Amino acid sequence: MSAKKLNLKDKYRLLTRDLDWDFSYEDRKDAFPFEEFEGIKITDWDKWEDPFRLTMDAYWKYQAEKEKKLYAIYDAFSQNNGHLNVSDARYVNAIKIFLTAVSPGELAAHSGFAFTGRQMGGIGARIAAQMQSIDELRHIQTQIHAMSHYNKFFDGFDEFSHMHDRVWYISVVKSFFDDARSAGPFEFMVAIGFSFEYVLTNLLFVPFMSGAAYNGDMATVTFGFSAQSDEARHMTLGLEIIKFLLEQHEDNVPIVQKWIDKWLWRGYRILTVVAMMMDYMLPQKVMSWKEAWELYFEQAGGALFKDLERYGIKMPDYTDLIKAEKEHLSHQAWWTFYTNSQATAFHTWIPSDEELDWLSEKYPESFDKYYRPRWELAKEMAEKGERYYNEGLPQLCQTCQIPMIYTDVQNDPRDIVYRSTKYQGERFHFCSDQCQHIFENEPEKYVHAWLPVHQIFQGNCGGPGGLEKVMDYYKLDVGKANMDYVGSPDEERWKNWKGVA
Amino acid sequence: MSKVLIAFQENDESRYIVQAIEQDNPDATVYFEPAMIRIENEGSLTINKATVEEMMGCDWEVQSIHVNLLTLTGHIDEDDDYFTVHWDN
Amino acid sequence: MATQALRADYHGDGKDTEDKFHGAILVYINWDKHLFFYSAKAFPLDPNMPFAAVLEHVIGTHFCQHPEYKNINWDTVEWTLNNEPFMPVMEKSLAENGFDHKCLLRFKTAETSSFEAAGI
Repeated sequence: MSAKKLNLKDKYRLLTRDLDWDFSYEDRKDAFPFEEFEGIKITDWDKWEDPFRLTMDAYWKYQAEKEKKLYAIYDAFSQNNGHLNVSDARYVNAIKIFLTAVSPGELAAHSGFAFTGRQMGGIGARIAAQMQSIDELRHIQTQIHAMSHYNKFFDGFDEFSHMHDRVWYISVVKSFFDDARSAGPFEFMVAIGFSFEYVLTNLLFVPFMSGAAYNGDMATVTFGFSAQSDEARHMTLGLEIIKFLLEQHEDNVPIVQKWIDKWLWRGYRILTVVAMMMDYMLPQKVMSWKEAWELYFEQAGGALFKDLERYGIKMPDYTDLIKAEKEHLSHQAWWTFYTNSQATAFHTWIPSDEELDWLSEKYPESFDKYYRPRWELAKEMAEKGERYYNEGLPQLCQTCQIPMIYTDVQNDPRDIVYRSTKYQGERFHFCSDQCQHIFENEPEKYVHAWLPVHQIFQGNCGGPGGLEKVMDYYKLDVGKANMDYVGSPDEERWKNWKGVA
Repeated sequence: MSKVLIAFQENDESRYIVQAIEQDNPDATVYFEPAMIRIENEGSLTINKATVEEMMGCDWEVQSIHVNLLTLTGHIDEDDDYFTVHWDN
Repeated sequence: MATQALRADYHGDGKDTEDKFHGAILVYINWDKHLFFYSAKAFPLDPNMPFAAVLEHVIGTHFCQHPEYKNINWDTVEWTLNNEPFMPVMEKSLAENGFDHKCLLRFKTAETSSFEAAGI
């Protein structure tokens, strides 16, 4: 005889809500000691709704199916020398950035959701966070597996884990996750679960991955889309946590608004590098950064904030600024890395004439006026045998840790934005009003930021003795992993494989 | 009314799901992009189990959309027979 | 509370206080509207160094890659220190000129070359 099949709602109730227990001899508050210090008020965890109603048994079933598909494709990819099918070896540098900067972020998210899954008092939220924690671990593992094939044929992949804790530009991502993980469970959920997953990861995992596919990178699009199939669930969790907090108590509204303002900005700043990957590192173009931003942020994010208005939540007041920055972001970032490529674990290059034309067409407001002339100059210098590498180290923003490259795009895009404040007698510098406000809200958190440039000057990155020591400290294989793509061992191998002179 | 969005990996299974969406949501717009299919509609999009099964010619569980789903926006309402994303304003 | 923390006495020890730079102060220097250099550059400098030496050995060696650098007329350059108008005294030290730890020195040149129009 067979038992009657449970419907989805009953199954969810039995296999999720019924997993909780009452505390008979311990105080529930002692079991969840981090639930109150952030000022969030929860009156009834039973009001938590998990829209996907995914239970652990269904979770394992579908995750196993995803993994089987994924690894079948990895096998096919490596058995068939899949790296030879990418559009151009320049492209591979985008996934070097991915491995050194993004993948370790997945591990940080794994640890953050494990913490949050332990600390939230409601069982529905705990199980959803637990699933997400396992997902994030799957993401870093599958990404390392996918890249391990490229690691056999290209420079710059092998020390990604060592580099993550040290290299100047990677500190941007590392400090972002450290900031989120050192907050309480609810701020972490708003930071990563909502702002990052719901509003921002789409930009990396959907249009960039579609671009990876278009450039023949079967491995990356496969792990990207496999991860993104989890992200669709993460986004739903992010939206649910926001709705839940806002419905629980009106006192939560200003706290949540402050977190949204902070974390949307922090995440947006990180996307600077994704903007550059899309516009400059995909030899076959799919969609410009600006177009992706308009679709996934302005349209989709706009609908979201319109929906949240009923709770008293407003779109952050820097919306006009980020709308204006979309014309500039990718160009400023690629120029920064191009001119500092002596210290990057990937190659950079001057865009080809066709690529410059494409950028002119996609960015009519800004490219010909401000950015194309820089590339014409770089070309002139390179043709004279004086490929330009910028001497010295940049000034960094104390909050986002990005070099102070952002300009006053609403007034004069040639002027760098400088903000600063004094705290306990010391001056701190910021790239924007937003990064300044984030610092001023919690200065004790950001005064001990590990800023790579300052650490180098203090002698903490390989000791005194110049940039050579720093490169050793980074384990950056000088002459192989860094500098221009033109003349690199990567280029030479690619030409040999392809039989071109 | 705001637009909702759902995107799937492009493969045989997703193509049937997209056909079912097109049939049940006649105003929806479908975009084919490299390796993916993006569908947008004003207000809401619904996937009905019965329609997908009719297209596929076999049993299909609503929760198996997790395997090919890439992204979505809107509130979710899910049960044994259907999956809906919607905005209410 | 200066940070939302579990403990009311939470505090961070500044990582970049002046005592950690072996006698140097940090000075950031930018050539305005010349994004050939994508951002201001950071330097640990001896506060006893005369400004003239900074001009020759720090600015001179770190901004000279720009094709227009050699054409700068230094007599007409406008300086700001921490975003306030500033007139350096060449033979005086950085400290005597009012430089402190983590200060920002900017200079603006008068040329109206095509480079400047594009902000290069």
